[in-house]
Amino acid sequence: MIYIAIKMLTGDRGKYLGILFGLTIASFLITQQMAIFVGLMTRTYGFITDSGLADVWAMDPKVQFVDDIKPIQDTQLLRVRGVEGVDWAVPLYKGILKARLNNGNFQACNVIGLDDATLIGGPATMLEGRLEDLRRADGIIVDADGATGKLAKRGPDGKSIPLTVGSTLELNDHRAVVVGICRVSRTFQSQPVVYTTYTRATTFAPMERKLLSFIQVKAKPGLSPKQMATRISKSTGLAAYTKPEFEDLTIGYFMKYTGIPKNFGIAVLLGFIVGTAIAGQTFYNFTLENLRYFAALKAMGATNNKLLAMVIVQAFMVGGIGYGLGTGAAALFGRAFGTNTELAFRLPWQVLLGTAVAIAVISTFAAMLSLWKVIRLEPAVVFKG
Amino acid sequence: MPVATELAVQLDGVTKTYGSGDAKVTALRGVDLEVRAGELMMLVGPSGCGKTTLISVVAGILDQDGGSCHVFGQDLQAMGDRERVLFRGRNVGFVFQSFNLIPTLTAAENVAVPLLILGTPRREAVRKATEALERMGLGDRGHSLPSELSGGQQQRVAIARSLVHKPRLIVCDEPTSALDNQTGHKILELLREVALADGRSLIIVTHDARIFSFADRIAKMDDGRILEVATPSEHK
Repeated sequence: MIYIAIKMLTGDRGKYLGILFGLTIASFLITQQMAIFVGLMTRTYGFITDSGLADVWAMDPKVQFVDDIKPIQDTQLLRVRGVEGVDWAVPLYKGILKARLNNGNFQACNVIGLDDATLIGGPATMLEGRLEDLRRADGIIVDADGATGKLAKRGPDGKSIPLTVGSTLELNDHRAVVVGICRVSRTFQSQPVVYTTYTRATTFAPMERKLLSFIQVKAKPGLSPKQMATRISKSTGLAAYTKPEFEDLTIGYFMKYTGIPKNFGIAVLLGFIVGTAIAGQTFYNFTLENLRYFAALKAMGATNNKLLAMVIVQAFMVGGIGYGLGTGAAALFGRAFGTNTELAFRLPWQVLLGTAVAIAVISTFAAMLSLWKVIRLEPAVVFKG
Repeated sequence: MPVATELAVQLDGVTKTYGSGDAKVTALRGVDLEVRAGELMMLVGPSGCGKTTLISVVAGILDQDGGSCHVFGQDLQAMGDRERVLFRGRNVGFVFQSFNLIPTLTAAENVAVPLLILGTPRREAVRKATEALERMGLGDRGHSLPSELSGGQQQRVAIARSLVHKPRLIVCDEPTSALDNQTGHKILELLREVALADGRSLIIVTHDARIFSFADRIAKMDDGRILEVATPSEHK
């Protein structure tokens, strides 16, 4: 009977493709929108992910997310270093500074000041130069996207000239020399990222009483990051988060205080509704058109359970294929447009699972509509011409 | 023509009403009828006289309101739904006016459907279906879709489908109405030859007076009643 169900479904190529199209579109829209949402949310804490060595981040207790800079006094660094169990603690400056471009325009940059001695928190991937070159006079390292994009110089012919090692830049009226090009995760604001030493960053930054943004801490072996964070909080009154906690804090802020989840939620919901409408309607029509054959099967001795199994197999077959095609198309879309470009796209297994659940719901809905008709079907209608 | 005396179908005072109130329509008004094993019985009469309702009751796809319907000694109304469906699957073959061949299945696959319903493995079902088609003279059309067959060929496929699982009773609804005279005659010859061969009973609902001569007996119906049961030579 399952064989008959599949042949009934796939035999009429036009209707079969119509149902498949609806489910594929739904699956694609849901996956693509969720993946962009996840990509966007991931970017909000991209900087934390890139700073791989620290177990714990200490900061002002009022900080709500990674870009919410509330500087603390430099002396807090010494207090943190004094907490039992701290292996090392280094300062980190993070701030938005203006770079003046050679055409007179200004570009806001995300400036990161690393501990002068250790350079902990620096970019993991250097494309040109070395991290240690930051110790050269006025040295900065610029991320590749910034160097080729927003910070690129303009030639006399209007063409873009990427920054390279040796190029100079004016950061908040201070001369800076590019000593390296790195690759980093794209940030939420997609601003160029400029690395320098902590001391130099504080000279680039406008004069303020407090300039220390974060303290990055490594716990001694045997002490968990969570235990370390708790100790720092108790001893210093600073907020101290493990890396995952700080990432969660950042995502939580964006989820709570921005319209991003709602906007993407609406897009995902639209995909779901469109998919349900197209697939449900087409599948229901398919069943209606085949009702006389279902009635004939019923007359010939097919039980309701057998007919239900046929309808369920049909619904979940198109659901499964539509899911595969839709998620495959979304993955191709992500590969084509979403790899370290301005388009945020991330496809973790949770998104695929979410889409699978949504498509299962759509398929079940489509099947339920049809099942109702088939169950109520009087086999005697076969004699009505 | 020799006729076995065992009763295949026995109807006593069968009544059936559709709707209620002003919309109430009485389709059967106490029908008594017996069909013997190995007999070809035709039900004739004007449109709306209750022929289709009657074969629906006999085939076990419609409940009567009153009276009793025994098929091969079994009271259909006393059976549960599932039991009746299974009884139908094993014992009744159907030939429909509009064939009801599933358009996306080949002829052999269509014929195999009753066997698949009974749980026969697909390979074996298709093999038996192909043999049934050969008996119908369609051995070379097993892989054809219904749309690739003529009306007469489609009806022969439908007959093969009604016989493939060796049911004891075959009900046919206007089997020749969609066919020309010559093809209709061939179909009836085939039905008589193949369907009755193993002592099966055959009930045919028809308007087509040209095929009355193929019947063993003809039951004439009007207004929900059987007016007379006669042999073709006695039938007016």
